Amino acid sequence: MAFWRLFRRNRSAVFGLAILVAVLVLAATASMLFPGDPFKLAGQPMSAPGTNGFLLGSDTLGRDVASGIAHGAQTSLLIGALATVVAVMLGVVFGGLAGYYGGWIDDVLMRVTEVFQTIPSFLFAILIVAIIKPSISSIVIAIAVVSWPAVARLVRGEYISLRHREFVQACHITGMSDARIMLREILPNCLSPIIVAGSLMVATAILIESGLSFLGLGDPNIISWGFQIGAGRTVLRSAWWVCTFPGVAILLTVLAINLVGEGLNDALNPRLRERS
Amino acid sequence: MKVKKPPLLDIRNLFVKLPAGAERSHAAEDLNFTLEENEILCVVGESGSGKSITALAVMGLLPAPHVRVESGDILFNGENLTRASAERLRKVRGGEISMIFQDPMTALNPVLTVGKQIDEVIRIHATLQRGQRRDRALQLIGDVQLPNPDRIINSYPHELSGGQRQRAMIAMALAMEPKILIADEPTTALDVTTQAQILQLIKHLQKSHNTGVLFITHDFGVVADIADRVVVMQHGRMVEINAANEVLNNPRHAYTKSLIRSVPGLTPRKARPISGRQELKVSNLTKIYRSGGGLLGFSGREHVLHATDSVCLTLHHGETLGVVGESGSGKSTLARCIVRLINADAGQILYQGTDLRPLNRAAMRPYRAKIQMVFQDPYASLNPRKKVGHIIADGPVSLGATQLDAEKKASEMLELVGLDVRAFERYPHEFSGGQRQRIGIARALTLEPEILVADEPVSALDVSIQAQILRLLADIRDRLQLSMIFITHDLRVASQVCDRIAVMRLGKVEEEGATADLFANATHPYTRELLDAVPGRDWRPPEQ
Amino acid sequence: MNQTVKRFRYAMKRLAQAVPIVLAIIVINFFLLHLAEGDAAVALAGEAGSATPEYMAQLRQKFGLDKPLPVQLGIYLKNVLVFDLGFSFRHNMPVAELVFDRFMPTLLLMVSTILIAVGFGVLLGLLAASGLNTWRDTFISVFALVTYATPLFWVGLMMIILFALNLGLFPTSGMENFAAFHEGWDRVKDIAHHLVMPTITLSLFYLALYTRLMRSSMLEQAGMDYVTTARAKGLTERRIVFGHILRNALLPVVTMAGVQVGALIGGSVIVESVFAWPGLGMLAFEALFSRDLNLLLGIFLLSALLVIAINLVVDIIYSFLDPRIEVG
Repeated sequence: MAFWRLFRRNRSAVFGLAILVAVLVLAATASMLFPGDPFKLAGQPMSAPGTNGFLLGSDTLGRDVASGIAHGAQTSLLIGALATVVAVMLGVVFGGLAGYYGGWIDDVLMRVTEVFQTIPSFLFAILIVAIIKPSISSIVIAIAVVSWPAVARLVRGEYISLRHREFVQACHITGMSDARIMLREILPNCLSPIIVAGSLMVATAILIESGLSFLGLGDPNIISWGFQIGAGRTVLRSAWWVCTFPGVAILLTVLAINLVGEGLNDALNPRLRERS
Repeated sequence: MKVKKPPLLDIRNLFVKLPAGAERSHAAEDLNFTLEENEILCVVGESGSGKSITALAVMGLLPAPHVRVESGDILFNGENLTRASAERLRKVRGGEISMIFQDPMTALNPVLTVGKQIDEVIRIHATLQRGQRRDRALQLIGDVQLPNPDRIINSYPHELSGGQRQRAMIAMALAMEPKILIADEPTTALDVTTQAQILQLIKHLQKSHNTGVLFITHDFGVVADIADRVVVMQHGRMVEINAANEVLNNPRHAYTKSLIRSVPGLTPRKARPISGRQELKVSNLTKIYRSGGGLLGFSGREHVLHATDSVCLTLHHGETLGVVGESGSGKSTLARCIVRLINADAGQILYQGTDLRPLNRAAMRPYRAKIQMVFQDPYASLNPRKKVGHIIADGPVSLGATQLDAEKKASEMLELVGLDVRAFERYPHEFSGGQRQRIGIARALTLEPEILVADEPVSALDVSIQAQILRLLADIRDRLQLSMIFITHDLRVASQVCDRIAVMRLGKVEEEGATADLFANATHPYTRELLDAVPGRDWRPPEQ
Repeated sequence: MNQTVKRFRYAMKRLAQAVPIVLAIIVINFFLLHLAEGDAAVALAGEAGSATPEYMAQLRQKFGLDKPLPVQLGIYLKNVLVFDLGFSFRHNMPVAELVFDRFMPTLLLMVSTILIAVGFGVLLGLLAASGLNTWRDTFISVFALVTYATPLFWVGLMMIILFALNLGLFPTSGMENFAAFHEGWDRVKDIAHHLVMPTITLSLFYLALYTRLMRSSMLEQAGMDYVTTARAKGLTERRIVFGHILRNALLPVVTMAGVQVGALIGGSVIVESVFAWPGLGMLAFEALFSRDLNLLLGIFLLSALLVIAINLVVDIIYSFLDPRIEVG
């Protein structure tokens, strides 16, 4: 496939894709590799890596760090993907309408976007989760609410630069409807920047999620990497592994997604695209 | 011992290599020509002929390492520049050979003042005190006939007009009184009246400083105006070199002949009988743009621009009405108001007795097909993500035709504009500029319009392609009994295709008349000015 | 007109444009308060049960909680505009007083972080772009890529393990050593010593961001026509980079720095709580644990104002860099 040929040229992107696939496999097989609840006591607390049957050690309550990482992969990827989908949909709708219609619609929508961009995003996310009560859905909503403005700006820019293109004007002259022009003519032409921005956003979403659960705002019923690190803070001196390994997991996953995102960018937007 | 001075610039067997995977192996092949003191040598060719690359090669500015001089010599006063050190080349650039570019907006640094950018050249090539440099800069700004040098020296590029920017570029290039000035399409981005002034300025400065000018252009009109000698290039090779007079009036090479044949003459074509039936009548059409103002006046003073100002025009059945003007004249706004892409603020657009201006979307629908448009940019006017067939067929479909009928019609239209039916399944990027323009015409025609509004349909095309598209448009107009509004900035083109011409400036129609009449006895001073500014107005391409 | 007067008017114009944003944020704040479960008075009073019934009644009356929503909004707006943000029972202090107390440490952390992140980001981006595809470029790019993917709190914890616990170079937490009773210059040095790790932690992510942005911005500008002109003028490569490309390449970085201020202050919540830096972020972390929602909202409002103020400064800096901005 032509796309794969282009993507393959960026070696670090292929490297990133390999890590990402590994994380996906880990998430998919978590219950097989580590059956049972990752929250439950699995053996001697505070065991160092490689002792007492713990590959990556255990924490203060004797929970298996490795099991937590495997199950946490599910949480991170799920929340990252869901939040991105919601944010991209919001961003495309807002940005598309603002960019296509311009005028007062654009003014109003952009003012709203500006407000959301001014608000300290992570604090806002904390407030939302704290108020709605921590759960997967509240975390997804919080991340989406603070992430969509960037997509909206991007999409708006693309729509503005495309709406005056002559091919769009030609559609107007043939009496095509606005909805059809927006969805069938313009949207396909700005899909690649949206895909690239979306893929990079998954990485950011995972970082935000880990920050929230580090502060104790994760879903209390689901293990996550941020939660593991937060729980290990108190034993930083005596059990470095509790904090270290989940952090490495976050680092690798986010790095992999960023690399893949950049690879997509190179493959989808050969050479410098004309900037709006 | 040689007594004779070597030529100012002597290019011998020059080959410029392109990177692997490019369209051809060399950008320039086996070039041989000289440039003497006090002469203007024009290098003329269509896009992709390698003329700009040649200029960059002389400057030592080829985008290395991808594009490089493979072999050959560039002798400047006997010194071989292809072997010169980087440091020596740097001293030559801007000091002894300088260059001006096509688009003065992008060629000037947007965040530095004009004065600073001129000052830099003097500072790097001479040892002068700050005050002396400033005096020199002011003098240069005066030399290129910019008004009010004290103000210009502190202005930023965006505060100047296009012509003023190019003058500033020229001032910069001439700061060190170079022996050679290389001008790469320096007037292509400018309006025709500004172009005439800049050409005059270059010629004047060249004469007074004995400069050798290497002038790159695609426009034979410009060649006729300023060239002493001409090099004609095609696909990286020079096909002809001769005195300007010879090349223009007695071309030898077949390619030169065909190029010159494609240049539209300025002699208006013979008048055609036109029916008296009115097809479209535009009266007092006004479109106003407002900017600034805003809430509480925080966005500065409100600017009001009359893009079109009480424009009145009549289009008769079967006629081609030319609308001619420079940038900002409102001609494109007028076209877009007529096809209802833009809503005009006042006036009437009467189509067979119905005023289209106040119609809303739904009420406009039945009239959509009647008035169609052909656009300027063959690259921007086709959706890159759609197959050509669908681009053409979508029009009828959105006006209610079945997919099958629309596609059948689309195939017919492809044939009508001279494209293979197999084009149907291809994407726009697989076609050349001229072919794309044909697709654009086919799209407009599938709706069976009665009026075709063509907005600069050939401005983006090379001169030989231009001639083909103009022929196609004339042919279609006659065959399908179309009436046409033809927007253009180019009086040569207008003289060949239009029955009548309206001249616009600053939103107003200044003068209107039958083409031959207008060319012979223009009454409005602006029309005269436009006609006088047409490059090569005194040159009549030889009849063949 | 005088350039200074023009610039002042431009600043005033930007300030006026910020007013609706401030109002919108206050309104959002109000609705968040209402979104919270139960009686808003409970939320206002902080942890349920810690307020006396009299105070609750007083609060209900003061905020007109029996009145329709728009009226309540009006009352809320009025209160906020005179900086009456309610009372925190957990701290037994008015919220406004609390957040102002914690304002300076956060401002200190923010400013030092922005300076470090933008300064070093620009420098590294410049170094990477000027040595394109050399080991220098590769090293800087990999560094930026990795730091860009690292969660802040984890960097903080790892730095504590390495530099504080193992090497003992920096203190693990706090803003100053109160037990030492430093005064004058000694106190400044002590605070600076405490500031190092939080600043590095918070700036790393943004440093990576600006490095990448600066690098690509330099490369993009290097391909512009005016660079060819500069070369045709015979300028040295050094002059072209510093005299022409650099200033143009800085523009998107400055814009981005403005956009990122909001995210930066969010990041300070994490960094301050990791290093027990006594600023707004730390206060927010404490408020979160004690479910002191009113305090949290106060912090939120004040930090939004801080973002707007810093954005204003960034806008004015931008207007100096880019003459195309109409300051008249």
